[in-house]
Amino acid sequence: MQLSREALLRAYRQMKVIREFEERLHVDIQTGEIAGFTHLYCGQEAVAVGVCEHLTEDDKIVSTHRGHGHCLAKGCDVNGMMKEIWGSREGLCKGKGGSMHIADVDKGMLGANGIVGAGAPIAVGAGIACKLDGKGAVAITFSGDGACNQGTTFEAMNMAVVTKASCIFVFENNHYSEHTGFEYAVGTQKDIASRAEAFGMKVWRGDGTDFFSVYETMREVLDYVRAGNGPAAVEFDTERFFGHFEGDPQRYRGPGELDRIRELRDCLKNFRRNVTEAKLLDHADLDALDAEVLEAIEESVRQAKAAPRPTAQDVLEDVYISY
Amino acid sequence: MTKMMYRDAVLTTIAEEMERDENVVVLGEDVVGGMGTPGGPEAIGGIWSTSTGLFGKFGAARVIDTPISESAIVGAAAGLALSGKRPVAELMFADFIGVSLDQIWNQIGKFRYMFGGKTKCPAVIRMAYGAGYNAAAQHSQAVHQMLTGMPGLKVVMPSTPADVKGLLRQAIRDDDPVIFLEHKALYGVTGDVPDDKDFTIPFGHARLSRAGEDVTIVSTGLLLGFCEAVADKLAAEGIGCDVIDLRTTSPIDEETILDSVEVTGRLVVVDEAPPRCSLASDICATVANKAFASLKAPPQAVNPPHTPVPFARELESAYLPSADKIEAAVRKVLSYR
Ligand SMILES: Cc1ncc(C[n+]2csc(CCOP(=O)(O)OP(=O)(O)O)c2C)c(N)n1
Ligand SMILES: [Mg+2]
Repeated sequence: MQLSREALLRAYRQMKVIREFEERLHVDIQTGEIAGFTHLYCGQEAVAVGVCEHLTEDDKIVSTHRGHGHCLAKGCDVNGMMKEIWGSREGLCKGKGGSMHIADVDKGMLGANGIVGAGAPIAVGAGIACKLDGKGAVAITFSGDGACNQGTTFEAMNMAVVTKASCIFVFENNHYSEHTGFEYAVGTQKDIASRAEAFGMKVWRGDGTDFFSVYETMREVLDYVRAGNGPAAVEFDTERFFGHFEGDPQRYRGPGELDRIRELRDCLKNFRRNVTEAKLLDHADLDALDAEVLEAIEESVRQAKAAPRPTAQDVLEDVYISY
Repeated sequence: MTKMMYRDAVLTTIAEEMERDENVVVLGEDVVGGMGTPGGPEAIGGIWSTSTGLFGKFGAARVIDTPISESAIVGAAAGLALSGKRPVAELMFADFIGVSLDQIWNQIGKFRYMFGGKTKCPAVIRMAYGAGYNAAAQHSQAVHQMLTGMPGLKVVMPSTPADVKGLLRQAIRDDDPVIFLEHKALYGVTGDVPDDKDFTIPFGHARLSRAGEDVTIVSTGLLLGFCEAVADKLAAEGIGCDVIDLRTTSPIDEETILDSVEVTGRLVVVDEAPPRCSLASDICATVANKAFASLKAPPQAVNPPHTPVPFARELESAYLPSADKIEAAVRKVLSYR
């Protein structure tokens, strides 16, 4: 663990931004002011941040329906995202996409995605482009334990191997796809990484509730792929703290499950304990960041509420032709 | 008659048909819900509550919860149908047909013809379609336009609980593949439903939901209610509209449309899919071809614009055909003397 003080503070801040962004959405969605389907990333922050802290704007990521964390970790603007989710015309996608379709291609964020399993093939193409560009950049696809059952994911894994694409399959196993358990839906009832291995990829595994596990694992994975060895896969075991979508009554959970994972598998608590026990940072450093982040999220909501709304004419913009 | 919601009409029809015919099987994502979780099977039903309780009643062999694998879901329905079963597959959101399109288009839609008429393929593929929930470009689409254009498929779009009952039962008993499109904004709508467990509605028979002699309005699904509201409003002004609910887009009931236009001479078609090569343009063309002499005004189509479905509330409501737009189209055809 050779991270500088600045790098540690930055990583914590990034995770905290995602956490507070989502906790705030969870509250604001109850008021009915925010439209559409929203899937919160709370609980999985260590994965997005532990991956993206290694990346530059040349590296690409492809995200999922649960994309806010990936977007924020890859550098999408907090205010632009909040405005998008609130449906403003100043949102990152002018209010046309919403929560499930946030993208910032200039930042290497090739889009959240409403279609489960659609991301992996896109990352193969982006990974081939990275290889063609020859600058050592990589393309990363995030997929859930549910998405790993999609034929598109299988095809993408094989094609990445065959084309030696500079592509990394990051599987976030949070044990649930919608209301269905991992053990039912993934026939091997084992892990996802061994599937990727069967496609001919080198694979890694890590604890997706521990930033340091993710970060150190990704250092190895990225060294391997950036060196031109072709694709790789990594599975992180993690937790989702909220329901599948906002409004999900979660009756599929066990008694006390949510309290237990919030207590024992919270990446922010784990991070704080690790760095304070190792005397790398003290509580005051982190408390100051907490306050700063809360204010930043508050400000993003203020802006989102005040931002101009789209108008009927906007419907006909951004298409190559309209009838 | 029993009062029930559109979604319950789906559920009870499937249950009654499963009771009647052991070859009827259900498959789809989360159609049981809770499989492999601490809460256990049926801890929570499918997201539309259109399969609640089926697992408990009919068991895991006939109520098959699937992984997220739309291509394999429809493909399995094809294989089940070719093997003497009557699968009722659910795709959750109609937009997900994209993932399974080969199995719909090149497989189930083609078997009967391609195999020289020697086989049948009694598969039902159900899916929730339509805008109105700000669910954005990949969870809001009306997909009937593309499917209606595919030879070999029957395409059903019920607008009332009673029609769900009669048409879904017909779909399950039908020997051809049927795409059954349920509008997600109609699931909570209540209506009277016949109790007869053999109540079916034959395909290709439209329903006249309002009668009048001045304008013919043709629609389906959610938008039918908008058309009825416009017809009721105009009736107060002494303008009479025939409102025709197509119920199925393939086969299509041309006769009812043509008979109506022969009286009114004025046609408005209201369609939830984009305008090019659409159901609306198809019907306008049919009427221009076959009832040209009766027409007193150019037929009008009311469609969303040629764009993906946008997210924000203001954008989505500008996108969807509204009562105002329908009324404007009706007044336009009336403006021709
Ligand atoms: C093609 C497709 N099928 C089904 C869905 C509905 N759906 C959205 S998310 C989801 C579960 C995804 O599970 P997983 O990949 O584990 O991701 P998680 O939600 O756990 O982040 C399902 C079934 C969809 N959006 N797209
Ligand atoms: Mg999952």
